[in-house]
Amino acid sequence: MFHKEKSIQIKNSASALYNNLSVLRIAPRRLTYFTVVHANVVNMVSASWDGLNYSHRQLQSKEPNVATSTSLIMQAAFCVLPSRELLVVTSQKGIQMYESDGSIMVYWHALDTPETPTAQAVFARGIAAVSENYVCVGVSSGAILVFDIPSKGSNITLSEVLEEHKESITDIAAECSGSQECVANLVTVDDGGSLCVWKSGEEFQLLNKIAGLDISCSSVKLWKGTVVAGYGSGQIRIYEAVTGILQSEINAHARWIYSLDIAPFSGLLLSAAEDSFVRVWHLSVTPETNSVEVAHLHNECVTDTQICGAKFCDGDGYAFAVTGYDLSEIIRYTQT
Amino acid sequence: MSSRTLPLLFINLGGEMLYILDQRLRAQNIPADKAKKDSTIAGWIEEDRRRVMNDIITTMFNKKFLEELFKPQELYSKKALRTVFDRLAHASIMRLNQASMDKLYDLMTMAFKYQVLLCPRPKDILLVSFNHMDAIKDFVKDTPSILSQVDETYQQLIEMYTPLCNGEFQLIRQTLLIFFQDMHIRVSIFLKDKVQNSNGRFGLPTSGPVPHGTQVPGLIRIFSCTGEEKTRLQFNNGGNYTSAIREGSFEIFGDRVTKLGTNMYSVSRPVETHMSGTSKSSTQHTKVNTAPNPLAKEELNMLARLMGGLEVQKAGSSDTAFRVNLFATDEEEEEALITRPDELSYGIINIQATKDQQVSAELTKIMGEFTDSGHQSPSSSSKGDDLLAMMDDL
Repeated sequence: MFHKEKSIQIKNSASALYNNLSVLRIAPRRLTYFTVVHANVVNMVSASWDGLNYSHRQLQSKEPNVATSTSLIMQAAFCVLPSRELLVVTSQKGIQMYESDGSIMVYWHALDTPETPTAQAVFARGIAAVSENYVCVGVSSGAILVFDIPSKGSNITLSEVLEEHKESITDIAAECSGSQECVANLVTVDDGGSLCVWKSGEEFQLLNKIAGLDISCSSVKLWKGTVVAGYGSGQIRIYEAVTGILQSEINAHARWIYSLDIAPFSGLLLSAAEDSFVRVWHLSVTPETNSVEVAHLHNECVTDTQICGAKFCDGDGYAFAVTGYDLSEIIRYTQT
Repeated sequence: MSSRTLPLLFINLGGEMLYILDQRLRAQNIPADKAKKDSTIAGWIEEDRRRVMNDIITTMFNKKFLEELFKPQELYSKKALRTVFDRLAHASIMRLNQASMDKLYDLMTMAFKYQVLLCPRPKDILLVSFNHMDAIKDFVKDTPSILSQVDETYQQLIEMYTPLCNGEFQLIRQTLLIFFQDMHIRVSIFLKDKVQNSNGRFGLPTSGPVPHGTQVPGLIRIFSCTGEEKTRLQFNNGGNYTSAIREGSFEIFGDRVTKLGTNMYSVSRPVETHMSGTSKSSTQHTKVNTAPNPLAKEELNMLARLMGGLEVQKAGSSDTAFRVNLFATDEEEEEALITRPDELSYGIINIQATKDQQVSAELTKIMGEFTDSGHQSPSSSSKGDDLLAMMDDL
């Protein structure tokens, strides 16, 4: 179903972090951007579709105008809004937002880091763009920061802080089907496996909270009103977002799941874990009957590698890319 | 990242160090000029080995040192941690040349990297730590004073780590993996056992028991809105997995179940590393930063506080101190030092303690604490000077 293509070499190896690959397709310029985190550096590669041109850029995590501060990066992700695209980088010190090519930092938000380290770590993790003009970022305390993004410029402001989770945020996802009908358009998950479902707006509204079973949920997606969540136990669980009803349970992987992705036009689902496997599934959702169907389509084994990032490169799921701990390449697969 | 990583890193690396030293001390011949009467040679060897192990373990589990270690803090850099272990390795009458120390550290770090990677669940790192602790306890089982220090440390580990959720353990594991990133030194024993490939990377099997709490992959269940199972589908998981086995014990005593963290060395399986070929293809290095690092001072302070707790034994007269070689011959050891690739050198921190006012003030303060706790010292100031001078030599 899929075959391996030529890998893209990156300047550093990928660190073992959840959701450690972000992809942005720029159709007008026939380019795709990839970002992979290595410790305190974001490696960006811009790859031309004809496979002939690759250019690299590295972004460091640091406060602007402070020469020496350095902190480990937890995640880097592209945020696509109707008016603009940003690259958001979250670290132990704070949140940086760049123009999508990484050329200019447009915003910096510092986290409250204590003078001497506390037992509870401080960091930001979990990034998603929601509806017209919001970017949501999670924090280790369990808070979700909601930033209001203007259509251009750097006048980004912190609009709201959502305090519902008690454990560190692991991932955040916005409704990706493009449908305007979905009431719920944001889901946030944490280290205890709790899921919160929200409706965005000037004031975000909590629609549902699904209690965790003490198993960390490391990756989540929201598609056609359906939450797809990946857990440390290797299970994928599918819930109806608004009601919280469990629709499917898949014993998907033999180790901790690190990344999930959905191709919104086709319903293809990608899951990747520490067990070296990337699996492709097909998901179909019938909202009228509140039912889902799940079929397993394909396995890829990346030998001797703990996978930390896997993303589709396009909305149909025609191609996907994978990163692994200690690997200095982005492995690509395309449909045969 | 996690501020609770350092104790686990230290205890596990320390445990590996003890396994290796124990093996080398047993394997190493005592030179003829040290021999006394025939009948006492065996006793001399055994006594020395026990003494070295006891001295190192006593230093490792020094109360003040552990107090500093267990405080919430970021992980040290590789350089800083190497400095701590250099100091620890010399906490007895044993001496190691730089090449042997480098090799010792390579082996320790690759072994623990392997254990962290292969842990089925992040929480199992604690079981690995308990395996090391169990072995350390066995090394000192005949010495009650040290044994009680070790027991106290079990308590601290249990108190600090058993309440953590699995997500927090994963954060600890991720922090450790960043520390070990890009290290692919080939270790003979690992190569022979086929757990490491010739490119230095560890083999991750897609077979065997799944971790405790995980199901064997292969089942898709669909539920109706009333919660009843509607459909059951099977899929091929591409591996050869079996059900989880029983969970190891997280108490002071108990069967840990996992073999990770137990002693893989024995007198008949000598320890070797291969230095060639590791630097070429598999590793890509971040550019070595030669600019002076303003954060180094911060780290030096932390290091000074930590090492203030490591009381160093006097070197002793020349006939009681003896050298341990991690290589088969002295010539090999010399050769290893010369041919070690640059990017793999550890660059020990040279703490110019006597010249740095701030650091020396810190150290004097710690020395003052030492005297209060009842340690013998002729006078606190001269002991302080000794310590500063010794740190300059590192």
